[in-house]
Amino acid sequence: MRLHPAILVGLGGAIGTTVRYLLSLAVPGVAGIFAINLSGALILGWLLSALKMRGPDEGRRSTVRLFVGTGVLGGYTTYSTFAFGTVGFLGDGEPALGIAYAVATVVLGTGCAALGILLGRRFPMGVDPE
Amino acid sequence: MTLLLALAVGLAGGVGAALRYLVDNAVPPRIRARYPWGIAIVNLSGSFALGAVTAAVPGVWLTIIGVGLLGGYTTFSTAAVDAARLIMERRFTAGVAGTFATLVGCVALAGVGYAIFA
Repeated sequence: MRLHPAILVGLGGAIGTTVRYLLSLAVPGVAGIFAINLSGALILGWLLSALKMRGPDEGRRSTVRLFVGTGVLGGYTTYSTFAFGTVGFLGDGEPALGIAYAVATVVLGTGCAALGILLGRRFPMGVDPE
Repeated sequence: MTLLLALAVGLAGGVGAALRYLVDNAVPPRIRARYPWGIAIVNLSGSFALGAVTAAVPGVWLTIIGVGLLGGYTTFSTAAVDAARLIMERRFTAGVAGTFATLVGCVALAGVGYAIFA
């Protein structure tokens, strides 16, 4: 059975969004979103580079990339809540905290993604058993 | 009721994620190869929309649309991996300037969206 890519992404996105919602209930506020975004960047970096190590983006690998990468991890992480969280700090008269939160998220998030990419090159196992 | 809300948030997130895929793929591959404009457009428009709905939509609907639909529509992980790839390919202007331009744009648009509907 072949699902349209958007359906595959949507199914994964529903799972990722639910996990983010439950985690953000457990750890409310920007701390939870910060941890979610950084962990999601690390795992996606690993997944995409591990898939690339295993072969071209087709068949089962393409399905895993769309469902888990674009869907689950894409829905798990969020940019809008992060951006509006920064606005919240600025609106509360805490511009230094807002800038620190925003810069720390993108700098450490990019670092986590890079670390994930390097880990995926070294440890591509566990992806696409075929 | 909490379980029902979690289901609604998840369902809305699935719709948002599918929408993200469609918007990203509407950008021609030739343009996307130079810079991930699709995800930038998604995050900029989604941040504006979250500011607007936070001001305009009350209660559980804000959770369903804000956390679910727009949370699933926008994404941080792909933006971070794209930035890391560009930097690892030594495309520093695209990687660093693009990342900070998107950041400033998203924060500004979230603020503007809120201000318009507050």
